[in-house]
This record gives sequence, C-alpha cells and structure tokens, in this order.
Amino acid sequence: MDVIALSAWDLGIAAALVCVLSLLSLFLSLGLEWKILIFSCRMTAQLLFIGIVLRFLFASGSLPIVLLMATVMLFAAGREVLARQNLRLKGITGYAIGTGAMFVSSFSVSLIALLVIIGVDPWYTPQYAIPLLGMLLGNTMTGVSLALDRLTDQFYKERGGVEQRLLLGQTWQEASSDIRKECMRTGMIPIINSMAAAGLVSLPGMMTGQILGGTPPMEAVKYQILIIFLIAAGTGFGVISAIWMSGHYLFDNRHRLCLERLSGSRIRKR
Amino acid sequence: MNGPYTFVLKEGECLGLSGQSGVGKTQMLRAITDLIPHSGKILLDGVPSTSFPAPLWRSRVTMVPAESFWWYDIVGDHFSTEFDTEFLKEKLAAVGFDKDVLNWQISRLSTGEKQRLALIRGVCNTPSVLLLDEPCSSLDGYHTTLTESFIFQYLRHHNTSVLWVSHDPEQLQRVAARELCLEKTGLVEKTV
Repeated sequence: MDVIALSAWDLGIAAALVCVLSLLSLFLSLGLEWKILIFSCRMTAQLLFIGIVLRFLFASGSLPIVLLMATVMLFAAGREVLARQNLRLKGITGYAIGTGAMFVSSFSVSLIALLVIIGVDPWYTPQYAIPLLGMLLGNTMTGVSLALDRLTDQFYKERGGVEQRLLLGQTWQEASSDIRKECMRTGMIPIINSMAAAGLVSLPGMMTGQILGGTPPMEAVKYQILIIFLIAAGTGFGVISAIWMSGHYLFDNRHRLCLERLSGSRIRKR
Repeated sequence: MNGPYTFVLKEGECLGLSGQSGVGKTQMLRAITDLIPHSGKILLDGVPSTSFPAPLWRSRVTMVPAESFWWYDIVGDHFSTEFDTEFLKEKLAAVGFDKDVLNWQISRLSTGEKQRLALIRGVCNTPSVLLLDEPCSSLDGYHTTLTESFIFQYLRHHNTSVLWVSHDPEQLQRVAARELCLEKTGLVEKTV
C-alpha cells in the first residue's frame, strides 16, 4: 500500500481550521490570535525547510553531513533548554551542562540503537539516524529542561535550608540530596507517565505515522516499543547527568552554595 | 565587606560581639564558619581553616544563625540519629522542652521554639567553637534566662568557646567575659 500524497489544497483545509481557532480567540479575547497565526506559519516554514534538508541528506547519505546535522540539532536543543529556565546557570557553563547532558545520553543511546539493535548498514544511514536522534533529543530536552528549571528554582527558594544543612557540617552532597533527588524525579516523570498511557490513551505519534505510511501494525508497534525504551533510558541518563553536573557547578570546593552562579530576572543585581 | 578584623577567642571563653545593624556581624560569622568566601586566616588551635575539609570545619566551628531553617516535617528528623539520645533529651529539657518535642510538626512551632531547637541542633556536633547570632532574639524573658544559663552550663561543661552576637548590651554584660564592638574601621574592645 502506498501512502496517499497530500496536495496543497489538503493542507489548506487543515490550515483553515487553525484560522477559525484564531478568529475564536479574537472573539473570546484570549489574546492568542496572532500567536496562533505566527507560530502556525513558523511551524510550516520550519517543517518545509527540514523536508528539503532531509531530502538532500537522504540523497547524499555521507557521514560528515549527517554529523553536521546532528550537531546543529544538539545545539538547537541546548539553546531551547536554556530558554525554558526561569533562573539559569550563568555563562557558557549553563549552556554546556544542558547540552553536554543531552549529548552524553542522546548520542550514546542513538549509537547503541543504530549499531547494536537495528544494525543498519552503514550505521549513519540518515533515514534511521536522524529521526532516531531527533526523537531522543526532543524527549531528553523536555526532561533535562524540566529538571534544571526545578533545580535552580529550588536552590534559590530553599537556599536558607541548604545553607543551614551546610552549617551543621553536612557535605554539599548531603545538603542538596533531597533537592537533587526531587529534580531527577521531576525530569523523569513525564516519560514514565507516557509509558503508562501508551496505547491505552494515546497512540504514539511515530507509530501512527508509520501505520499511515503503510507499515503493518505489528512492525510499527515493535519500532514504537524500541523507541520508547530508548527515550526512557536516554531521558533518565540525561536528567541524572544534568543534575549531577549542575550540583558540582553550584557548590565550590569549600562546600559553599554559590547562588551568584545563577542569573535570571528574579535575582536583582546589587 | 569591611575589615580586616583580628581577635583571639580563648578556650572556654564567651566573647560578646555588638555593633550597628548592617555593619557585617552576621557576614563575619558566616566567613568564620567558612560559608562565604573570605580573605585572611582563621586558626583553630593553631591550625588554619583551609587545612580542614569544609564540612569538618563547620562542625568544629558551628554557627547558629538568628533565623533557623527546617527542611523536613518532623522536628526529630533534623537531628542525626548518630547522637546519643540521652544527651539530646537532657539538652532539650534544659531549654524547656519535654522529650516529646522530637515528634512535633515543624509547622506548629513558634519562632521562639524554633530558635531554641536550632541551638540544640547546633550543639549536637559538640563543636569547639559556637558562633551564636542573636540566640535569644525571639525569646520571652523566661526562656531567655533559661537559654542563657543553658549556654553558660554547656560552655563550662564542654570547654567550648562562644562568640555571642547580641544587640542587647545588658545581655552581653550578663553572659560575656569580654565584649567587642564591630565598627567599619575595626574591632573596638569595650571596657566593662
């Protein structure tokens, strides 16, 4: 079975629905009408662009270009993690921690999947490598940014308690253990919840896409199971390493809490 | 930050520290316990603070801040189980608590109760030096007397040195053998 190609007309009808939503927003004075239109256009442009890029990528299939694409995706995700934090870890380190955590987890898990599990030849075949990395990065990014946002927020709000524990002679690891554990949980809960709902409440997007594309349901399901396992592992590793690294960054070698290494609108400059 | 400041705290001595609000008394205590970066040298029995691991230094030279913080729901969870419970109960009784206090909810405590509990929590490590930042600021007269005599007894018994920050000149006269006044330019010894 071949997939039915969509015409511009088909997409136009779907877009009309969004225009109706935008009008509704105007009548209900939600203030979202421009946002809906602008981000719809932006999404369309981004996806059309990536379509062209992928077509080029799939046609060339060379390792350097795949790696270049992977790097661009990683840095975009790193930027996004930083943008989602209310209080940020200052400077290049803040960027490096989020990006580094995603690099370690997403890239290693993707490599294992390509080399060992799927065993595609060559391992960097872009039809497999890029969507796989994209899905992993997207989910790891959500986990890492949730966890880091929570971490900086908690250290800022609970600084009195953390300092009190340091004053009693606890090491920074002891003094921050509860906060760090809680943040790791925060980062991992979404993927655990989505495992619980998969198939019962939601049909995961990738599987739906494959089925629409004509893959037999059981094959699509097997791929989806693989992907969810990879995402869960990748997100977990990413969250744990991000929290571990930022813990080291927020305390100095004399076990002092260094909140001046945070920046954000809530912290006034003295 | 102001300074530098130089002074000696003898073994078993209670040294009073006064000074205007905002002159940096609390910051000085935080620097002595090595919670904030500082220049200068702090020696304990001739050994500089930098040769101790920071957590060990803080349990030898322990600061009890004016405002206490609690991070669990139950009082007892904030006291390490390694400590002798008899020792702990005796100390708690000395500042006016019955032994049931370890099961109390933090949310039910008054500011004064928290302050007295924080003092006991601070001495649990049996530090060599206690840095007390206005230890009676939220206490009524009765509990102030109780707490003062507890600290006095404790200091006698364990030969602990105490640096006592207070805004109450009468209190410092009662508890401290010597008194220093922190000023922007330096430390001034008050003659009693």
